Amino acid sequence: MLSVKRIMGAETEFGISQPGNPYANPMRDSARVVDAYAGPRGLKSSQDFWDFETETPLADARGFLMSTADAHFSQLTHLPQTQPEAQYLANVVLENGARLYVDHAHPEYSSPETLTPRDVVRWDRAGDIVALRSVEALAGTSEPVNLYKNNTDSKGSSYGAHENYLVDRAIDFDDIVAGITPFFVTRQILCGAGRVGIGVHGETPGYQISSRADFFEAEVGLETTLRRPIVNTRDEPHADPSLYRRLHVILGDATLAEPATLVRFGSTSLVLGLIEAGHPPEIALADPLQALWTVSHDLSLSAQLPLADGTSATAIEIQQRYLDACRSAAGPAPDADTAEVLRLWQEFLDALARDPFELADSIDWIAKWALLEQYRRREDLAWDHPKLALIDVQYHDVRPGRGLFHKLEQAGRIRRLTSPEEVEAAVTSPPEDTRAWLRGSVVAKFTEDLVAASWDSLILATGEESLIRVPMKYPLKGTRALVGDVVESSETVTDLLAALGVTRLDQTAHRDDSEV
Amino acid sequence: MSGQEQIRSNRKDGADPVDPVDPPVAGQAQQQVNTEAVDSILDDIDTVLESNAEEFVRNFVQKGGQ
Repeated sequence: MLSVKRIMGAETEFGISQPGNPYANPMRDSARVVDAYAGPRGLKSSQDFWDFETETPLADARGFLMSTADAHFSQLTHLPQTQPEAQYLANVVLENGARLYVDHAHPEYSSPETLTPRDVVRWDRAGDIVALRSVEALAGTSEPVNLYKNNTDSKGSSYGAHENYLVDRAIDFDDIVAGITPFFVTRQILCGAGRVGIGVHGETPGYQISSRADFFEAEVGLETTLRRPIVNTRDEPHADPSLYRRLHVILGDATLAEPATLVRFGSTSLVLGLIEAGHPPEIALADPLQALWTVSHDLSLSAQLPLADGTSATAIEIQQRYLDACRSAAGPAPDADTAEVLRLWQEFLDALARDPFELADSIDWIAKWALLEQYRRREDLAWDHPKLALIDVQYHDVRPGRGLFHKLEQAGRIRRLTSPEEVEAAVTSPPEDTRAWLRGSVVAKFTEDLVAASWDSLILATGEESLIRVPMKYPLKGTRALVGDVVESSETVTDLLAALGVTRLDQTAHRDDSEV
Repeated sequence: MSGQEQIRSNRKDGADPVDPVDPPVAGQAQQQVNTEAVDSILDDIDTVLESNAEEFVRNFVQKGGQ
């Protein structure tokens, strides 16, 4: 039976600005953000702290490797040390198993691996608190920094809010592309963040559903920073590559409204399950890129999207076909997480067909649109008025006292799924049911001995002038259920390594029985 | 560094990358919104909006990311 549960994670690149100083170096400020969070908490922050051994950003899911010489500079996930900016590449692994670091010119929070959409929401939101703590720490300095959970400055630049889903390696990548493209093109009606202005520079006045759609220029490809594709082919599973592929989704907007985040991840996980089972709906768009732009620019939600078979369908109709297929594959008694996503997804589609403003409490593009419309009418403003552009940016300010999303939520105008207490706990606690638990627990308990870490490894110093690399290629191992007692009872990293059965000193040998 | 966005204007088939869009018409949908409650939100928001919208928007310049 189809279930929403799978290994998932959310990445947020925050917009960054120094009030009144547009010339501030964003790489330097991003490093200050990371350090401002890490420093007071005793977390290590440096470029060397991330173990790049297993990073292969130029591996393509279609089966070839791009050469470094052919790659655009911005495609590399780490800079050569000879680059002057290398000094700003701060990297921290947090107690909750997340990674906080400088990605290009933005601070990025990559959530720990989670298994359910509810947990994605919780640990994604924990990242917003991490960002807030940094802003608060820098507020008292001579160069305060503000952070925005958004995706564009409407001056030609965009930055991502990526999603990651582990998918069965046995599935042919072309089947993923064919099965998921119509879903991705239309998904924005459920979870777009909204944007004032049309076109990459916002050159045409108006409002649109997605903040990212105008920045996409290809259907399939490896790039994430230029010629962005609807389906990204980066093939870097951070896990056993014979079992898993990681679908790296670069198309989405950062969502603040929790119901939208839940549906964004939940519906995508279900559709990937359909594809794994070999039963996605048989829909093909005649021109996916044009459809992506059309859907984003069509606030009436009525545009007919031409299909490859000569017929056409609206975004809502295409989404309904995916939802019907998922509901049918989930059977009569889906698990609670799956049932919640199916229910909310249907609720969204029904309300979108009836009156989108019913969802002003659930979906960012509609919450922001309602606010802008009311403001625009009251003040009689044209869509190109700077005040509307300001509202567009300030909706995403991470500060509860300044961010308009937060003001709406505080006023009870946004539906919240988490409690502030559980989000606060997630800032310092890892999810218990994935390997993030071991990573976060080691950060919390053995920070001094942790030399480096990555998604699928920990490097520990044992005090014998040797470093031991703990491979973690299996995301469903390293859980509290599997290694909780071991971590609990270990006084030192040597105890821990012995209890985990990791004894070898050779960092390069691969022996699966030592996997934890 | 050269992390700046590369923006291409030549879209597939020479199609205009920008679909002209009518300003959103709230229409009957708008009537569903409780305007009184929203008004109090707008008043509240006025107090937190950055004071110089034009300058703020001009200064909000980002480098491209992923």
